[in-house]
Amino acid sequence: MARKKTVKKATSRAKSTAKTGKRSKNGNPTATKEKIVALAESVLSHIDAAGNPSLNVPIRSLSNVSFNKRKRIIELGDGKANRPFFDLSNARRFMQTLLMSSELLKLQDQEKTTSIRDMFYHCKHTIEGTREETFNDQDESDPIIEDLEVTLRTLREELRVFANPDGAMVGPMVVRDRGDEIDLSRMGSGGWAVPSIVEPETIQFVKSKAKYVLLIEKAAVWARFNEDRFWESQKCMIIHGRGQPPRGVRRLCFRMVQELGLPLYVLVDNDPWGYYIYSVIKQGSINLAFESARMAVPTARFIGMSSYDAVEFDISPSVTIRMNDKDIARAKEIMAYPWFQDRRWQREIKHMLKLGVKLELEALSNKEFSFIADTYVPAKLKKGKWLD
Amino acid sequence: MSKPKSATTQNDKSQLSLTFPGDAGPTVTRVSPRKRSSPKKNGGTRRSQRDSTPVTAEKMASQQREISVSEFFAKNRHLLGFDNKRKSLLTTVKEAVDNSLDACEEARILPDLFVDIEQLEEDRFRVTVRDNGPGIVKSQIPNIFGKLLYGSKFHRLKMCRGQQGIGISAAGMYGLITTGKPVSVVSRTSKRAKAHHYKLAIDTKKNRPDIVHDDEVEVDWAHGTEVEIELVASYGKGRQGIDEYLEQTAIVNPHAEITYQPPIGERIVYARGSDQLPVETREIKPHPHGIELGILIKMLKETQSQKIGAFLKEEFSRVSPSVVKSVCEKAKITPATWVRQVDSQTAEKLYKALQEARIMAPSTDCLAPVGADQLLAGLLKGIKAEFYTASTRSPTVYRGNPFQVEVGLAYGGEIPADQLARCNRFANRVPLLYQQSHCAVFKSVAETNWRLYGMQQSSGALPSGPLIVVIHFASVWVPFTSESKEAIADYDEIRKEIGLGLRECGRKLNTFIRRRKKTQRESQRRSIFLRYIPEVSNALQAITGRESGGIREQLQEIAKYRTELADREMDDRGNIVRKRRDSLDDEHTVIVERDTPTDVDDSLFEGDEVKRISEKGSRAPRAKAKRGRKKRSVKK
Repeated sequence: MARKKTVKKATSRAKSTAKTGKRSKNGNPTATKEKIVALAESVLSHIDAAGNPSLNVPIRSLSNVSFNKRKRIIELGDGKANRPFFDLSNARRFMQTLLMSSELLKLQDQEKTTSIRDMFYHCKHTIEGTREETFNDQDESDPIIEDLEVTLRTLREELRVFANPDGAMVGPMVVRDRGDEIDLSRMGSGGWAVPSIVEPETIQFVKSKAKYVLLIEKAAVWARFNEDRFWESQKCMIIHGRGQPPRGVRRLCFRMVQELGLPLYVLVDNDPWGYYIYSVIKQGSINLAFESARMAVPTARFIGMSSYDAVEFDISPSVTIRMNDKDIARAKEIMAYPWFQDRRWQREIKHMLKLGVKLELEALSNKEFSFIADTYVPAKLKKGKWLD
Repeated sequence: MSKPKSATTQNDKSQLSLTFPGDAGPTVTRVSPRKRSSPKKNGGTRRSQRDSTPVTAEKMASQQREISVSEFFAKNRHLLGFDNKRKSLLTTVKEAVDNSLDACEEARILPDLFVDIEQLEEDRFRVTVRDNGPGIVKSQIPNIFGKLLYGSKFHRLKMCRGQQGIGISAAGMYGLITTGKPVSVVSRTSKRAKAHHYKLAIDTKKNRPDIVHDDEVEVDWAHGTEVEIELVASYGKGRQGIDEYLEQTAIVNPHAEITYQPPIGERIVYARGSDQLPVETREIKPHPHGIELGILIKMLKETQSQKIGAFLKEEFSRVSPSVVKSVCEKAKITPATWVRQVDSQTAEKLYKALQEARIMAPSTDCLAPVGADQLLAGLLKGIKAEFYTASTRSPTVYRGNPFQVEVGLAYGGEIPADQLARCNRFANRVPLLYQQSHCAVFKSVAETNWRLYGMQQSSGALPSGPLIVVIHFASVWVPFTSESKEAIADYDEIRKEIGLGLRECGRKLNTFIRRRKKTQRESQRRSIFLRYIPEVSNALQAITGRESGGIREQLQEIAKYRTELADREMDDRGNIVRKRRDSLDDEHTVIVERDTPTDVDDSLFEGDEVKRISEKGSRAPRAKAKRGRKKRSVKK
């Protein structure tokens, strides 16, 4: 229906359909389907043998991840959890996994892409003869999808599901999004919303004049950089992920670094959570360790804010926030991660603990509204004052 | 026992009417059960004056006089169980019922009792208890009902309910004191005889019956006795009341049929659960280990035997010729020594020798336990539980007196689960309702570690949960802590024996609780699996195209097999066991399956049905249990 709105759009849609069609010819969706069927067949063979049907799901927790020092990314280990049906603690999740698999298969057949929230509602129903729901809330269905991703060794994109897109980007670049060419330097105040799926099949980089990518933790701070047209003067891409960046933003950064050879700078609050956001961009996360290889940017640079900046930039002590017990505990936890063992990082975190205060990006507005964009970031970049 | 006893030791002989005329022993602390003498009124002997300070002594002497038993107990009626109005009513009924049951059993008659309580005024009641016993000969009626410490049971070692000859006359005395109305007794000994009717008052000063009325009446029953006492009392339902007493009496006396007419409400019939009278018990002679020196001296004085050897053999149980020989050697006398020649020193030697000698435990055929089957039948009749077990311990001895302990447990069902367990105590088939915490039985139950048996328990307390513990203590002489016969004295042997019985039943209870928990867990497991199976098989069909019905059946089969497997072959730690280690498959355990406390088939518990089942004999309770199961399954 949407196709008929304008001729221009219709043609572009046609192109994209052609693309997806081509993709299925590539065998990608078929492979996903085959994997799901194979999973079900293995369960059936257990049943035929009158055994306990079970699934082997790779474990996604700290115990099963390791830091690869050479690649400088977090990798998923070989640990697998056996999830037998005839086991009280696993029966429900077993049922949910199979239910989700069958619905994901339907998605493949219909060649549709949908959100994980959609999948939750799609799979949710009352189990016959009881008052029990197949899924109570999305917190129950999301891990099941993630489990399936690792179990089937497929990407979320291949399963045709995505999370809520979050994040925006502007800068001197032209991209093609499902066939539509978009000039990212003409995106107004809101910027280009980064989609959840940014695979080469959907997004292609057409033209780029950017010299680097600046990832900003907060949307509000990003808006300041955008209004000041920082990207124009600095010839860079500015992108935000509203806190912990979603997969789309991370994957896009990865691709820009990988395909366009741009350096990536990360600008976050000066608190333990800021450090951790940086570490996720750089090494990958524990929960999605299986995706590290295609998302983590080991060369990402931490531009700020550093615990030394307050003195360096003469920031008033009145805009600092005292660290609470949770902050201190988290800082110590982060200090113990193998990927924060660099001497400069240890010094950075120790200094923060010593000062006992944290600093938000907005604190820099205390001096001047545009201090962060006009002075802070350029100065840091010029002096090469970053951590990596 | 303790009060009259202490009275004896405190005062000169002949001071109290309780003193035994023939008692010459220097320190008689215990009254021999063998003693023939009955307490007699000594007829106002005054204490002789003292020689010092004549004025005070004379003055005192004018106030010093004998106290009669009746006076003593009239003043100290709490010792006999008449402390308050409610308890007085219970004690009155209890004494009358105990006497009736004793009389019937001794005459080998299946007891039919009628208990009627009539409220005359707010706090005035008339208690009538009638039995179908042998009746009482006319001449004895006044003494039995009108004289304290008069009876047939004190002087012998035989298992029966009454012991001291105080009870019913004390009840009569209480009625007389509070209402001024004499006791009315009607008794008939046979069809041919006429029924005597007496109205008796106790002369408390002289401890003598005062016959107020005496005639013959026509009654519609062939033999038996009817007592009617009017007294000040109060009636209340619930715990420690008459209703509870009769209910519990019915449990341990399944051979008795008791019809009860409460002051308010419908007539209650506790139907006969068994036609078997308790085994007739033998009277036994004292065991040498159960006597004291004073008693030995007294026995030496009273014996008909001429020589020591004969005396030992005749007067004691379990004294064999070889025992006589060894005892005499030790005491440095010969069996041929004349009894008359034994002086107090020799008696002491003889006593020591007797205590040191190895003598067989007293014979135990003098005991008539309720029996595990009968106890079970009683429990099944009276309590709606899920699990019942009972056990009868072998007889043992305390202080030379044989005794036997029986334990029954009822668990689950309609027993309230949020309260402490109830402990029902019985001594010689009489329910004990008061002074629980002073009783050896209670102490044994509280000191048993019920946590081992799947119950909750805070230390030193009764376990909490849906449990009723029934303990029957049978002995030729029950060591009560007071004349009101409310608590059993705390002898080590008794406590130990009760503890062993409790543990025996506790283990079975534990097996049941554990198994039930496991079954519940298993059925829960199965239901969870069965719930998810349709979802799983539908999903599998959607993915593979294979027909879901078949998958479902296969899965259901596996679910059944897997949960059954766990049920059958795994113990609580999940280890696979080849054979069931602990089985509840013995004949003294009954399991009645009940889903929920409210969902109980009441028809199962009607008196007549239990009766019919119990008639079949020892396997009866199991048969009942099976019936229970069948009914359940039919319902489903």
